Amino acid sequence: MADPQNNAGHDTDPIIRVRGLVKKFGKHTVHDGVDLDVRRGEIIGIVGGSGTGKSVLLHQIVGLLKPDAGRIEVFGQSVRDTSDDEYRALRRRWGVMFQDGALFSSLSVRQNVEAPMREQLDLPEDLRRTLAGIKVRMVGLQDSAQDKYPSDLSGGMRKRAGFARAIALDPEIVFLDEPTAGLDPIGAAAFDTLIGRLQAALGLTVFMVTHDLDSLHAICDRIAVLAEKKVLAVGTMADMLEVDHPWVREYFHGPRARAALAGGDKNEVR
Amino acid sequence: MQPDSPRVDMADGRLVLSGDLLIGTVADLSCDTDGAHGVDIEQVARMDTAGAWFVLDLAARMGDAPVSGASDVQTLLLDTVRDNMPTGAPDAEPRQTIADRFEGVGRKVHDGWRIAVEMTGFLGQVVATLASLVIHPRRLRLTSLVHHMQEVGLNAVPIVALMSFLIGIVLAFQGSSQLRQFGAEVFVVDLIAISILRELGILLTAIIVAGRSGSAFTAAIGSMKMREEVDAMRTLGLEPVQILVVPRVLALILTLPLLGFIADISGLVGGAIMSWIELGVSPSVFRSRLVADIDLWQFGVGIIKAPFFALIIGVIGCYEGLKVGGNAESLGRLTSTSVVVSIFLVIVADALFSVFFALVGV
Repeated sequence: MADPQNNAGHDTDPIIRVRGLVKKFGKHTVHDGVDLDVRRGEIIGIVGGSGTGKSVLLHQIVGLLKPDAGRIEVFGQSVRDTSDDEYRALRRRWGVMFQDGALFSSLSVRQNVEAPMREQLDLPEDLRRTLAGIKVRMVGLQDSAQDKYPSDLSGGMRKRAGFARAIALDPEIVFLDEPTAGLDPIGAAAFDTLIGRLQAALGLTVFMVTHDLDSLHAICDRIAVLAEKKVLAVGTMADMLEVDHPWVREYFHGPRARAALAGGDKNEVR
Repeated sequence: MQPDSPRVDMADGRLVLSGDLLIGTVADLSCDTDGAHGVDIEQVARMDTAGAWFVLDLAARMGDAPVSGASDVQTLLLDTVRDNMPTGAPDAEPRQTIADRFEGVGRKVHDGWRIAVEMTGFLGQVVATLASLVIHPRRLRLTSLVHHMQEVGLNAVPIVALMSFLIGIVLAFQGSSQLRQFGAEVFVVDLIAISILRELGILLTAIIVAGRSGSAFTAAIGSMKMREEVDAMRTLGLEPVQILVVPRVLALILTLPLLGFIADISGLVGGAIMSWIELGVSPSVFRSRLVADIDLWQFGVGIIKAPFFALIIGVIGCYEGLKVGGNAESLGRLTSTSVVVSIFLVIVADALFSVFFALVGV
């Protein structure tokens, strides 16, 4: 249910609002007062060192993990205090792509993409097949990949298929967990282009956990840095370069960052 | 945001679409393309991929009629979908014919033969590696061997003993009610001793161990295979058969006879207790009949089979584990295959042993 008319960021209400989030695993505190707003129609990149809880944050927003304190609202609705029906309806409006695709290994690629349609909607079979076919091609997979099983696919193809499944129902928000990790530079750049193009065409809001400086630079509208158990800074790439924090400085001024910055910017066609 | 149901109207020979063209709504929308030569989507409020496909499909059915009134974003979406339209109609699921079934049977037979050959090859490899340990005893992983002996042997003692004890009770109970009709109650001792010592003790122990340890071997080696640990071993110059398979198989070969012995004893104890309660055959009478009637070979015939059963269970468990591929499903499937095949082959081997012992007259 994309809303293309409404993706220019007119509405001031954030599509995802996180307030005072606290998450502990035993004695280990991962998040201690995380605040974050995601605006409708933007691509936000979440960065942070290993173990700073980027994926944990994602899992909490989509309701897979329960926060110890704090409030998470998506589409203005709390994710935790909802009835099962409301949560079901909420889930229909977002799609999640896990790190390694998390495809169902007993289903072919096309069946994987059809799975959400099958569960959520009552579509005629040939329409479902056609739509799944379009989604598979949209993410840049060959038609011949449709009938393959996840174990026959390469890592990059699995990620693409996972992305196709995440956008199967044309959700308003897509959560991506390290979409370009483990891809070759050409594949990663193609994935970036793909995300950018689909975001424009479908009016998606993209919440992306990533380490890829190139993607951050190429497609992210804003970047949020997770460090010291909270969101340390949110802003554009240019804002990040100004932040005076040792880790952020190291991250965005390191040799790899300089190379990425020299590469080109968001508005350039890659 | 409840979607407005979409509508199709005809105006000036063009189909005018309005409302929300979304994945949940387009399926119910049907329209007649007769006489129309254009699609107007200016009044469409919201449109997603499915909606875009619907518009393009409509236009295509009218012979590539023009689509007008699209906003910039809608144009972008239409272009994206147009670029990714599947070529040709999606082919339906192929139907199964009689010929396919015959082909399936043939394939299964062929596969069965191939697997039998492969398994024999693997057995040969394991036996050769085991034999090479005689020449190079230092290649044996002693820690691993002891660990597996504890896992498959010591930890299985309670369940094996209990099972066999209960079988002894059942045999005595059923046997006594039959033998009483002939006044031959005391022969219950021979019945229990021969059936437990020759057959049941070791056979049931092997079946329990196949379910307990054979499946564990497949699951453990299979998940290592899935995470490429086995490949990592090979690149480090470690031989998986030597590291993973030999300690497990050897542990089974060493412990299954002991488990069989424990099963024999507890089966006899169970039988003796039940005979005492049910028939009044006192333990001392039971013992003296046992010693007088049953020669040591009855025990020997049972226990000789143990190492062979152990080899079957161990080799099949490890072989199926090494066959696991990249997906989680194959792990589950092969684990169950491993148990079924090893129990089946243990029973086949038991039958062959029976024929053999009958021929040599033991």
